[in-house]
Amino acid sequence: MLALASPALLVILLLIVLPVGWLAWQSIYHDGFTLENYRRILSEDIYWRSFALTFEISLLVTTLALLIGYPLAYAANAAPRRWSIVILALVILPFWTSVLVRSYAWLALLQRTGVINQVLQYVGLVDEPLALVHNSFGTVVATVHILLPFMVLPLYAAMQKIPNDLMQAGASLGGGPAHTFWRIFLPLSLPGVLAGTTLVFVLSLGFYITPELLGGGRTIMVSLLVSRNVELYNQWGAASAVGVVLLAGVLAVFLIVSRFIPFDRILAPK
Amino acid sequence: MKTLSPGRIALILFCALGLLYLILPVLIIVPMSFSSTRFLTFPPPSLSLRWYQDYVGNPAWMQATRVTFTVAVLTVLIATPLGVAAAYAITNSKLRIMRLIHMTLMLPLVVPIIITAVGIFFVYARVGLVATMSGLVLANVMLGLPYVITSVVAGLQSFDPAQEMVARSLGMNRLRSFFAVTLPQIKTSVLTGSIFAFISAMDETVVALFISGGQYQPLTKRMFIALRDEIDPTIAAISTLMTAASFLLVLIASTRRKRES
Repeated sequence: MLALASPALLVILLLIVLPVGWLAWQSIYHDGFTLENYRRILSEDIYWRSFALTFEISLLVTTLALLIGYPLAYAANAAPRRWSIVILALVILPFWTSVLVRSYAWLALLQRTGVINQVLQYVGLVDEPLALVHNSFGTVVATVHILLPFMVLPLYAAMQKIPNDLMQAGASLGGGPAHTFWRIFLPLSLPGVLAGTTLVFVLSLGFYITPELLGGGRTIMVSLLVSRNVELYNQWGAASAVGVVLLAGVLAVFLIVSRFIPFDRILAPK
Repeated sequence: MKTLSPGRIALILFCALGLLYLILPVLIIVPMSFSSTRFLTFPPPSLSLRWYQDYVGNPAWMQATRVTFTVAVLTVLIATPLGVAAAYAITNSKLRIMRLIHMTLMLPLVVPIIITAVGIFFVYARVGLVATMSGLVLANVMLGLPYVITSVVAGLQSFDPAQEMVARSLGMNRLRSFFAVTLPQIKTSVLTGSIFAFISAMDETVVALFISGGQYQPLTKRMFIALRDEIDPTIAAISTLMTAASFLLVLIASTRRKRES
Protein backbone atom coordinates (compact mmCIF):
# COMPACT_ATOMS: atom_id res chain seq x y z
CA MET A 1 0.00 0.00 0.00
CA LEU A 2 2.83 2.35 0.82
CA ALA A 3 4.28 1.60 -2.61
CA LEU A 4 1.03 2.71 -4.25
CA ALA A 5 1.05 6.03 -2.45
CA SER A 6 4.74 6.68 -2.94
CA PRO A 7 4.76 8.22 -6.46
CA ALA A 8 2.24 10.86 -5.38
CA LEU A 9 4.06 11.30 -2.09
CA LEU A 10 7.35 11.77 -3.92
CA VAL A 11 5.89 14.55 -6.06
CA ILE A 12 4.51 16.29 -2.96
CA LEU A 13 7.76 15.87 -1.02
CA LEU A 14 9.92 17.18 -3.86
CA LEU A 15 7.66 20.04 -4.92
CA ILE A 16 6.17 21.37 -1.75
CA VAL A 17 7.79 19.91 1.37
CA LEU A 18 11.35 20.38 0.11
CA PRO A 19 10.80 23.91 -1.28
CA VAL A 20 9.00 25.10 1.85
CA GLY A 21 11.62 23.45 4.05
CA TRP A 22 14.29 25.15 1.99
CA LEU A 23 12.65 28.53 2.51
CA ALA A 24 12.41 27.92 6.24
CA TRP A 25 16.08 26.97 6.37
CA GLN A 26 17.05 30.00 4.36
CA SER A 27 15.19 32.29 6.71
CA ILE A 28 17.48 31.31 9.57
CA TYR A 29 20.73 30.43 7.81
CA HIS A 30 22.97 32.79 5.92
CA ASP A 31 26.69 32.09 6.41
CA GLY A 32 25.74 30.74 9.83
CA PHE A 33 22.63 30.82 11.92
CA THR A 34 20.94 34.15 12.21
CA LEU A 35 17.66 35.50 13.42
CA GLU A 36 18.31 38.78 11.63
CA ASN A 37 15.44 38.25 9.19
CA TYR A 38 12.93 37.74 11.98
CA ARG A 39 14.35 40.65 13.96
CA ARG A 40 13.76 42.82 10.90
CA ILE A 41 10.15 41.70 10.64
CA LEU A 42 9.61 42.61 14.26
CA SER A 43 11.37 45.94 14.11
CA GLU A 44 10.54 47.39 10.71
CA ASP A 45 7.31 49.24 10.34
CA ILE A 46 6.41 48.05 6.84
CA TYR A 47 6.29 44.42 7.93
CA TRP A 48 4.15 45.15 10.95
CA ARG A 49 1.75 47.21 8.90
CA SER A 50 1.49 44.54 6.23
CA PHE A 51 0.76 41.77 8.73
CA ALA A 52 -1.79 43.95 10.53
CA LEU A 53 -3.45 44.93 7.25
CA THR A 54 -3.60 41.30 6.08
CA PHE A 55 -5.17 40.27 9.37
CA GLU A 56 -7.69 43.12 9.24
CA ILE A 57 -8.66 42.49 5.62
CA SER A 58 -8.97 38.74 6.18
CA LEU A 59 -11.17 39.32 9.22
CA LEU A 60 -13.34 41.78 7.30
CA VAL A 61 -13.59 39.47 4.29
CA THR A 62 -14.53 36.52 6.50
CA THR A 63 -17.19 38.53 8.36
CA LEU A 64 -18.72 39.86 5.14
CA ALA A 65 -18.65 36.41 3.53
CA LEU A 66 -20.43 34.97 6.55
CA LEU A 67 -23.05 37.75 6.58
CA ILE A 68 -23.79 37.29 2.87
CA GLY A 69 -23.21 33.54 2.76
CA TYR A 70 -25.33 32.44 5.73
CA PRO A 71 -28.66 33.73 4.34
CA LEU A 72 -27.78 32.29 0.92
CA ALA A 73 -27.03 28.85 2.37
CA TYR A 74 -30.13 29.13 4.56
CA ALA A 75 -32.31 29.95 1.57
CA ALA A 76 -30.78 27.16 -0.52
CA ASN A 77 -31.53 24.76 2.33
CA ALA A 78 -35.07 25.97 3.08
CA ALA A 79 -36.33 26.71 -0.44
CA PRO A 80 -38.26 24.21 -2.58
CA ARG A 81 -35.94 21.91 -4.51
CA ARG A 82 -36.26 23.81 -7.77
CA TRP A 83 -35.12 27.09 -6.21
CA SER A 84 -32.48 25.47 -4.12
CA ILE A 85 -30.88 24.10 -7.31
CA VAL A 86 -30.96 27.56 -8.88
CA ILE A 87 -29.32 29.17 -5.83
CA LEU A 88 -26.61 26.51 -5.60
CA ALA A 89 -25.92 26.69 -9.33
CA LEU A 90 -25.48 30.46 -9.12
CA VAL A 91 -23.12 30.03 -6.16
CA ILE A 92 -21.05 27.36 -7.90
CA LEU A 93 -20.96 29.07 -11.31
CA PRO A 94 -18.45 31.77 -10.32
CA PHE A 95 -16.51 29.07 -8.47
CA TRP A 96 -15.70 27.57 -11.86
CA THR A 97 -14.54 30.85 -13.29
CA SER A 98 -10.86 31.58 -13.00
CA VAL A 99 -9.82 33.82 -10.10
CA LEU A 100 -7.85 35.88 -12.58
CA VAL A 101 -10.92 36.39 -14.77
CA ARG A 102 -13.07 37.44 -11.82
CA SER A 103 -10.46 39.86 -10.53
CA TYR A 104 -10.34 41.34 -14.01
CA ALA A 105 -14.13 41.64 -14.06
CA TRP A 106 -14.07 43.60 -10.80
CA LEU A 107 -11.29 45.78 -12.12
CA ALA A 108 -13.50 46.62 -15.09
CA LEU A 109 -16.60 47.13 -12.96
CA LEU A 110 -14.99 49.31 -10.33
CA GLN A 111 -12.65 51.46 -12.40
CA ARG A 112 -13.28 55.21 -12.76
CA THR A 113 -14.97 54.73 -16.13
CA GLY A 114 -16.52 51.43 -15.03
CA VAL A 115 -20.17 50.49 -14.97
CA ILE A 116 -20.68 51.17 -11.26
CA ASN A 117 -19.25 54.68 -11.43
CA GLN A 118 -21.25 55.35 -14.60
CA VAL A 119 -24.48 54.30 -12.91
CA LEU A 120 -23.71 56.32 -9.78
CA GLN A 121 -23.04 59.42 -11.88
CA TYR A 122 -26.03 58.82 -14.12
CA VAL A 123 -28.48 58.70 -11.24
CA GLY A 124 -26.73 61.72 -9.75
CA LEU A 125 -25.52 60.16 -6.52
CA VAL A 126 -21.99 61.39 -7.15
CA ASP A 127 -20.54 64.14 -9.33
CA GLU A 128 -17.07 62.72 -9.66
CA PRO A 129 -16.22 59.06 -10.22
CA LEU A 130 -15.34 57.39 -6.91
CA ALA A 131 -12.01 55.67 -6.33
CA LEU A 132 -13.44 52.17 -5.92
CA VAL A 133 -10.42 50.23 -7.04
CA HIS A 134 -6.65 50.26 -6.54
CA ASN A 135 -7.26 50.41 -2.83
CA SER A 136 -8.43 48.21 0.04
CA PHE A 137 -12.08 48.69 -0.88
CA GLY A 138 -11.68 47.08 -4.30
CA THR A 139 -9.58 44.31 -2.81
CA VAL A 140 -12.22 43.47 -0.20
CA VAL A 141 -15.16 43.58 -2.63
CA ALA A 142 -13.45 41.25 -5.10
CA THR A 143 -11.98 38.95 -2.45
CA VAL A 144 -15.36 38.40 -0.77
CA HIS A 145 -16.80 37.63 -4.20
CA ILE A 146 -14.12 35.08 -4.96
CA LEU A 147 -14.20 33.37 -1.56
CA LEU A 148 -17.97 33.41 -0.99
CA PRO A 149 -18.56 29.92 -2.47
CA PHE A 150 -16.05 28.53 0.06
CA MET A 151 -18.37 29.89 2.76
CA VAL A 152 -21.72 28.90 1.28
CA LEU A 153 -20.88 25.28 0.40
CA PRO A 154 -19.77 24.09 3.88
CA LEU A 155 -22.65 26.05 5.44
CA TYR A 156 -25.14 24.38 3.10
CA ALA A 157 -23.61 20.95 3.79
CA ALA A 158 -23.99 21.49 7.55
CA MET A 159 -27.55 22.80 7.26
CA GLN A 160 -28.56 19.79 5.17
CA LYS A 161 -27.67 17.58 8.12
CA ILE A 162 -30.05 19.38 10.47
CA PRO A 163 -33.14 17.21 10.71
CA ASN A 164 -36.34 19.04 9.83
CA ASP A 165 -38.19 17.28 12.64
CA LEU A 166 -36.22 19.24 15.18
CA MET A 167 -37.46 22.55 13.84
CA GLN A 168 -41.00 21.22 13.68
CA ALA A 169 -40.72 19.91 17.23
CA GLY A 170 -39.51 23.33 18.32
CA ALA A 171 -42.40 25.00 16.54
CA SER A 172 -44.96 22.57 17.96
CA LEU A 173 -43.70 23.31 21.44
CA GLY A 174 -44.64 26.91 20.87
CA GLY A 175 -41.38 28.42 19.63
CA GLY A 176 -41.88 31.13 17.02
CA PRO A 177 -39.78 31.00 13.83
CA ALA A 178 -37.20 33.41 15.24
CA HIS A 179 -37.02 31.51 18.48
CA THR A 180 -36.54 28.09 16.86
CA PHE A 181 -33.95 29.60 14.55
CA TRP A 182 -31.87 31.06 17.37
CA ARG A 183 -32.24 28.17 19.77
CA ILE A 184 -32.13 25.18 17.42
CA PHE A 185 -31.10 25.92 13.83
CA LEU A 186 -28.24 28.35 14.42
CA PRO A 187 -26.42 26.26 17.05
CA LEU A 188 -26.73 23.14 14.89
CA SER A 189 -25.30 24.96 11.87
CA LEU A 190 -22.20 26.05 13.80
CA PRO A 191 -19.91 23.28 12.45
CA GLY A 192 -20.60 24.68 8.97
CA VAL A 193 -19.92 28.20 10.21
CA LEU A 194 -16.62 27.06 11.66
CA ALA A 195 -15.57 25.19 8.51
CA GLY A 196 -16.60 28.04 6.20
CA THR A 197 -15.03 30.83 8.22
CA THR A 198 -11.79 28.88 8.66
CA LEU A 199 -11.52 28.19 4.95
CA VAL A 200 -12.28 31.77 3.93
CA PHE A 201 -10.04 33.29 6.60
CA VAL A 202 -7.08 31.08 5.75
CA LEU A 203 -7.51 31.55 2.01
CA SER A 204 -7.66 35.33 2.33
CA LEU A 205 -4.58 35.37 4.58
CA GLY A 206 -2.58 33.98 1.66
CA PHE A 207 -4.43 35.67 -1.20
CA TYR A 208 -2.23 36.95 -3.98
CA ILE A 209 -3.76 37.59 -7.40
CA THR A 210 -6.66 39.80 -6.34
CA PRO A 211 -4.79 42.13 -3.95
CA GLU A 212 -2.00 42.42 -6.50
CA LEU A 213 -4.38 43.44 -9.29
CA LEU A 214 -6.95 45.44 -7.32
CA GLY A 215 -4.86 46.81 -4.49
CA GLY A 216 -3.02 49.17 -6.80
CA GLY A 217 0.25 48.86 -4.93
CA ARG A 218 -1.28 50.43 -1.86
CA THR A 219 -2.80 47.39 -0.20
CA ILE A 220 0.35 45.42 0.48
CA MET A 221 -0.86 42.14 1.91
CA VAL A 222 1.66 39.61 3.19
CA SER A 223 1.68 37.60 -0.06
CA LEU A 224 2.66 40.73 -1.95
CA LEU A 225 5.39 41.41 0.57
CA VAL A 226 6.86 37.99 -0.17
CA SER A 227 6.80 38.51 -3.93
CA ARG A 228 8.12 42.09 -3.74
CA ASN A 229 11.04 40.96 -1.61
CA VAL A 230 11.93 38.34 -4.19
CA GLU A 231 11.16 40.18 -7.43
CA LEU A 232 12.12 43.75 -6.67
CA TYR A 233 14.65 43.59 -3.91
CA ASN A 234 16.04 40.10 -4.39
CA GLN A 235 15.93 39.62 -0.64
CA TRP A 236 15.44 35.92 -0.26
CA GLY A 237 16.07 35.84 3.46
CA ALA A 238 13.42 38.46 4.20
CA ALA A 239 10.94 36.87 1.78
CA SER A 240 11.49 33.46 3.37
CA ALA A 241 11.01 34.77 6.90
CA VAL A 242 7.78 36.54 5.96
CA GLY A 243 6.61 33.37 4.20
CA VAL A 244 7.41 31.23 7.25
CA VAL A 245 5.43 33.54 9.55
CA LEU A 246 2.48 33.50 7.13
CA LEU A 247 2.58 29.71 6.84
CA ALA A 248 2.85 29.35 10.62
CA GLY A 249 -0.24 31.52 10.99
CA VAL A 250 -2.21 29.45 8.48
CA LEU A 251 -1.15 26.14 10.04
CA ALA A 252 -1.99 27.46 13.52
CA VAL A 253 -5.53 28.31 12.41
CA PHE A 254 -5.97 24.83 10.90
CA LEU A 255 -4.51 23.19 14.00
CA ILE A 256 -6.80 25.05 16.39
CA VAL A 257 -9.90 24.42 14.29
CA SER A 258 -9.04 20.74 13.74
CA ARG A 259 -9.61 20.24 17.49
CA PHE A 260 -13.29 20.89 16.78
CA ILE A 261 -13.81 19.45 13.31
CA PRO A 262 -11.61 16.93 11.45
CA PHE A 263 -8.97 18.44 9.21
CA ASP A 264 -10.13 16.76 6.01
CA ARG A 265 -13.70 17.88 6.62
CA ILE A 266 -12.59 21.52 6.41
CA LEU A 267 -10.97 20.94 3.03
CA ALA A 268 -13.43 18.43 1.62
CA PRO A 269 -16.66 20.36 0.90
CA LYS A 270 -15.71 21.48 -2.57
CA MET B 1 -44.56 28.56 5.37
CA LYS B 2 -47.09 29.54 2.69
CA THR B 3 -47.54 33.18 3.51
CA LEU B 4 -44.77 35.63 2.83
CA SER B 5 -43.91 37.13 6.17
CA PRO B 6 -41.79 40.32 6.19
CA GLY B 7 -38.87 38.19 7.35
CA ARG B 8 -39.15 35.91 4.35
CA ILE B 9 -39.45 38.80 1.93
CA ALA B 10 -36.32 40.32 3.45
CA LEU B 11 -34.52 37.00 3.09
CA ILE B 12 -35.56 36.64 -0.56
CA LEU B 13 -34.51 40.20 -1.37
CA PHE B 14 -31.21 39.77 0.41
CA CYS B 15 -30.50 36.52 -1.43
CA ALA B 16 -31.39 38.06 -4.78
CA LEU B 17 -28.85 40.81 -4.10
CA GLY B 18 -26.28 38.28 -2.94
CA LEU B 19 -26.73 36.20 -6.07
CA LEU B 20 -26.53 39.31 -8.25
CA TYR B 21 -23.23 40.17 -6.58
CA LEU B 22 -21.98 36.65 -7.29
CA ILE B 23 -23.06 36.43 -10.88
CA LEU B 24 -22.82 39.96 -12.28
CA PRO B 25 -19.02 40.11 -12.60
CA VAL B 26 -18.96 36.74 -14.34
CA LEU B 27 -21.56 37.93 -16.84
CA ILE B 28 -20.09 41.41 -17.41
CA ILE B 29 -17.07 39.85 -19.12
CA VAL B 30 -19.15 38.61 -22.05
CA PRO B 31 -20.52 41.96 -23.36
CA MET B 32 -17.10 43.48 -22.73
CA SER B 33 -15.47 40.96 -25.01
CA PHE B 34 -17.84 41.85 -27.85
CA SER B 35 -17.53 45.60 -27.37
CA SER B 36 -16.11 47.67 -30.18
CA THR B 37 -14.33 50.13 -27.91
CA ARG B 38 -11.33 49.77 -25.70
CA PHE B 39 -13.08 51.37 -22.75
CA LEU B 40 -15.91 49.60 -21.09
CA THR B 41 -18.93 51.76 -21.57
CA PHE B 42 -22.24 50.20 -20.86
CA PRO B 43 -24.07 49.23 -22.93
CA PRO B 44 -21.30 48.90 -25.53
CA PRO B 45 -21.73 51.38 -28.42
CA SER B 46 -21.59 48.60 -30.98
CA LEU B 47 -20.67 44.96 -31.16
CA SER B 48 -17.58 43.59 -32.82
CA LEU B 49 -15.31 40.57 -32.87
CA ARG B 50 -12.30 42.84 -32.78
CA TRP B 51 -10.90 41.52 -29.50
CA TYR B 52 -11.34 37.91 -30.55
CA GLN B 53 -9.47 38.70 -33.77
CA ASP B 54 -6.76 40.37 -31.70
CA TYR B 55 -6.43 37.21 -29.67
CA VAL B 56 -6.42 34.75 -32.55
CA GLY B 57 -4.15 36.94 -34.67
CA ASN B 58 -1.52 37.37 -32.00
CA PRO B 59 1.21 34.69 -32.10
CA ALA B 60 2.15 35.32 -28.45
CA TRP B 61 -1.42 34.65 -27.25
CA MET B 62 -1.66 31.58 -29.49
CA GLN B 63 1.62 30.19 -28.21
CA ALA B 64 0.44 30.79 -24.63
CA THR B 65 -2.82 28.97 -25.39
CA ARG B 66 -0.92 25.97 -26.73
CA VAL B 67 1.23 25.93 -23.60
CA THR B 68 -1.83 26.11 -21.33
CA PHE B 69 -3.56 23.21 -23.04
CA THR B 70 -0.46 21.05 -23.27
CA VAL B 71 0.26 21.63 -19.58
CA ALA B 72 -3.33 20.89 -18.56
CA VAL B 73 -3.52 17.67 -20.60
CA LEU B 74 -0.14 16.38 -19.40
CA THR B 75 -1.04 17.31 -15.83
CA VAL B 76 -4.20 15.22 -15.98
CA LEU B 77 -2.41 12.29 -17.61
CA ILE B 78 0.16 12.21 -14.82
CA ALA B 79 -1.84 13.37 -11.79
CA THR B 80 -4.78 11.01 -12.36
CA PRO B 81 -2.96 7.65 -12.09
CA LEU B 82 -0.77 8.94 -9.25
CA GLY B 83 -3.80 10.30 -7.41
CA VAL B 84 -5.91 7.16 -7.92
CA ALA B 85 -3.08 4.94 -6.65
CA ALA B 86 -2.61 7.14 -3.59
CA ALA B 87 -6.36 7.31 -2.91
CA TYR B 88 -6.56 3.52 -3.14
CA ALA B 89 -3.70 3.20 -0.67
CA ILE B 90 -5.29 5.72 1.70
CA THR B 91 -8.66 3.95 1.80
CA ASN B 92 -7.32 0.39 1.91
CA SER B 93 -4.34 0.62 4.23
CA LYS B 94 -4.62 0.07 7.94
CA LEU B 95 -1.17 1.53 8.59
CA ARG B 96 -1.35 4.42 11.01
CA ILE B 97 1.21 6.39 9.04
CA MET B 98 -1.32 6.57 6.19
CA ARG B 99 -3.18 9.37 7.99
CA LEU B 100 -0.02 11.41 8.08
CA ILE B 101 0.60 10.63 4.40
CA HIS B 102 -2.94 11.68 3.54
CA MET B 103 -2.42 15.01 5.31
CA THR B 104 0.91 15.51 3.55
CA LEU B 105 -0.75 14.89 0.19
CA MET B 106 -3.27 17.64 0.99
CA LEU B 107 -0.53 20.21 1.68
CA PRO B 108 -0.82 21.96 -1.70
CA LEU B 109 -4.30 23.11 -0.64
CA VAL B 110 -3.05 24.39 2.71
CA VAL B 111 0.22 26.16 1.95
CA PRO B 112 -0.40 29.71 0.67
CA ILE B 113 0.27 29.69 -3.05
CA ILE B 114 2.85 32.47 -2.96
CA ILE B 115 5.04 30.44 -0.59
CA THR B 116 4.71 27.39 -2.82
CA ALA B 117 5.58 29.48 -5.87
CA VAL B 118 8.67 31.11 -4.37
CA GLY B 119 9.82 27.78 -2.92
CA ILE B 120 9.47 25.93 -6.22
CA PHE B 121 11.26 28.70 -8.06
CA PHE B 122 14.09 28.39 -5.62
CA VAL B 123 14.40 24.62 -6.08
CA TYR B 124 13.92 24.81 -9.86
CA ALA B 125 16.64 27.43 -10.16
CA ARG B 126 19.12 24.91 -8.71
CA VAL B 127 18.17 22.04 -11.02
CA GLY B 128 17.56 24.00 -14.23
CA LEU B 129 13.80 23.54 -14.43
CA VAL B 130 12.89 27.23 -14.61
CA ALA B 131 11.23 28.20 -17.91
CA THR B 132 10.80 24.57 -19.00
CA MET B 133 7.73 22.61 -19.98
CA SER B 134 8.56 19.73 -17.61
CA GLY B 135 8.93 22.14 -14.72
CA LEU B 136 5.55 23.67 -15.40
CA VAL B 137 3.83 20.28 -15.76
CA LEU B 138 5.45 18.90 -12.61
CA ALA B 139 4.31 21.88 -10.54
CA ASN B 140 0.76 21.53 -11.83
CA VAL B 141 0.75 17.79 -11.14
CA MET B 142 1.64 18.60 -7.53
CA LEU B 143 -1.11 21.23 -7.30
CA GLY B 144 -3.68 18.94 -8.95
CA LEU B 145 -3.01 15.81 -6.87
CA PRO B 146 -5.16 16.83 -3.84
CA TYR B 147 -8.19 17.29 -6.11
CA VAL B 148 -7.83 13.83 -7.65
CA ILE B 149 -7.15 12.23 -4.28
CA THR B 150 -10.08 13.93 -2.50
CA SER B 151 -12.51 12.98 -5.24
CA VAL B 152 -11.33 9.37 -5.58
CA VAL B 153 -11.15 8.80 -1.80
CA ALA B 154 -14.79 9.92 -1.61
CA GLY B 155 -15.66 7.52 -4.43
CA LEU B 156 -13.83 4.61 -2.83
CA GLN B 157 -15.48 5.21 0.53
CA SER B 158 -18.91 4.64 -0.97
CA PHE B 159 -17.72 1.49 -2.77
CA ASP B 160 -17.96 -1.91 -1.13
CA PRO B 161 -14.44 -3.39 -1.01
CA ALA B 162 -15.93 -6.87 -0.57
CA GLN B 163 -16.61 -6.93 -4.31
CA GLU B 164 -12.92 -6.74 -5.03
CA MET B 165 -12.32 -9.49 -2.48
CA VAL B 166 -14.75 -11.72 -4.37
CA ALA B 167 -12.91 -11.12 -7.62
CA ARG B 168 -9.65 -11.96 -5.91
CA SER B 169 -11.02 -15.11 -4.33
CA LEU B 170 -12.03 -16.15 -7.84
CA GLY B 171 -8.39 -16.05 -8.83
CA MET B 172 -7.78 -12.52 -10.13
CA ASN B 173 -4.73 -10.78 -8.83
CA ARG B 174 -5.04 -7.48 -7.03
CA LEU B 175 -4.21 -5.33 -10.05
CA ARG B 176 -6.61 -7.11 -12.40
CA SER B 177 -9.43 -7.11 -9.89
CA PHE B 178 -8.92 -3.36 -9.42
CA PHE B 179 -9.23 -2.68 -13.13
CA ALA B 180 -12.07 -5.14 -13.69
CA VAL B 181 -14.20 -4.52 -10.62
CA THR B 182 -13.28 -1.37 -8.73
CA LEU B 183 -12.30 1.13 -11.41
CA PRO B 184 -15.52 0.84 -13.46
CA GLN B 185 -17.51 1.64 -10.33
CA ILE B 186 -15.51 4.67 -9.27
CA LYS B 187 -14.90 6.03 -12.75
CA THR B 188 -17.13 9.04 -12.15
CA SER B 189 -15.04 10.12 -9.16
CA VAL B 190 -11.90 9.58 -11.20
CA LEU B 191 -13.32 11.69 -14.02
CA THR B 192 -14.43 14.42 -11.61
CA GLY B 193 -11.00 14.46 -9.98
CA SER B 194 -9.21 14.71 -13.30
CA ILE B 195 -11.50 17.53 -14.45
CA PHE B 196 -10.70 19.39 -11.22
CA ALA B 197 -7.01 18.85 -11.93
CA PHE B 198 -7.42 20.03 -15.53
CA ILE B 199 -9.22 23.23 -14.54
CA SER B 200 -6.74 23.88 -11.75
CA ALA B 201 -3.87 23.55 -14.24
CA MET B 202 -5.65 25.76 -16.76
CA ASP B 203 -6.23 28.48 -14.15
CA GLU B 204 -2.96 28.31 -12.26
CA THR B 205 -1.29 31.72 -12.28
CA VAL B 206 0.93 32.38 -9.30
CA VAL B 207 3.39 29.50 -9.64
CA ALA B 208 3.58 30.13 -13.40
CA LEU B 209 4.46 33.77 -12.71
CA PHE B 210 7.61 32.65 -10.94
CA ILE B 211 8.73 29.53 -12.78
CA SER B 212 7.64 29.96 -16.39
CA GLY B 213 9.40 31.95 -19.01
CA GLY B 214 10.57 32.12 -22.60
CA GLN B 215 8.29 30.25 -24.96
CA TYR B 216 6.71 28.25 -22.14
CA GLN B 217 4.43 30.84 -20.59
CA PRO B 218 0.81 29.88 -20.04
CA LEU B 219 -2.13 32.15 -20.88
CA THR B 220 -2.74 33.11 -17.26
CA LYS B 221 0.77 34.47 -16.83
CA ARG B 222 0.51 36.63 -19.95
CA MET B 223 -2.96 37.78 -18.91
CA PHE B 224 -1.77 38.71 -15.44
CA ILE B 225 1.14 40.72 -16.78
CA ALA B 226 -1.09 42.44 -19.33
CA LEU B 227 -3.58 43.32 -16.57
CA ARG B 228 -0.95 44.90 -14.36
CA ASP B 229 -0.39 47.54 -17.00
CA GLU B 230 -3.80 48.30 -18.47
CA ILE B 231 -7.32 47.03 -18.99
CA ASP B 232 -7.21 45.38 -22.38
CA PRO B 233 -10.49 43.97 -23.77
CA THR B 234 -8.53 41.18 -25.48
CA ILE B 235 -8.41 39.72 -21.99
CA ALA B 236 -12.22 39.82 -21.84
CA ALA B 237 -12.30 37.74 -25.02
CA ILE B 238 -9.81 35.22 -23.62
CA SER B 239 -11.68 35.17 -20.29
CA THR B 240 -14.96 34.45 -22.03
CA LEU B 241 -13.39 31.53 -23.89
CA MET B 242 -11.71 30.20 -20.72
CA THR B 243 -14.94 30.44 -18.76
CA ALA B 244 -16.86 28.68 -21.53
CA ALA B 245 -14.24 25.92 -21.60
CA SER B 246 -14.40 25.25 -17.86
CA PHE B 247 -18.22 25.34 -17.80
CA LEU B 248 -18.26 22.82 -20.61
CA LEU B 249 -15.99 20.52 -18.60
CA VAL B 250 -18.10 20.85 -15.46
CA LEU B 251 -21.21 20.15 -17.51
CA ILE B 252 -19.68 16.96 -18.88
CA ALA B 253 -18.77 15.82 -15.37
CA SER B 254 -22.17 16.57 -13.88
CA THR B 255 -24.24 15.00 -16.67
CA ARG B 256 -22.17 11.85 -16.44
CA ARG B 257 -22.70 11.73 -12.70
CA LYS B 258 -26.43 12.19 -13.15
CA ARG B 259 -26.61 9.42 -15.73
CA GLU B 260 -24.93 7.02 -13.35
CA SER B 261 -27.06 7.76 -10.32
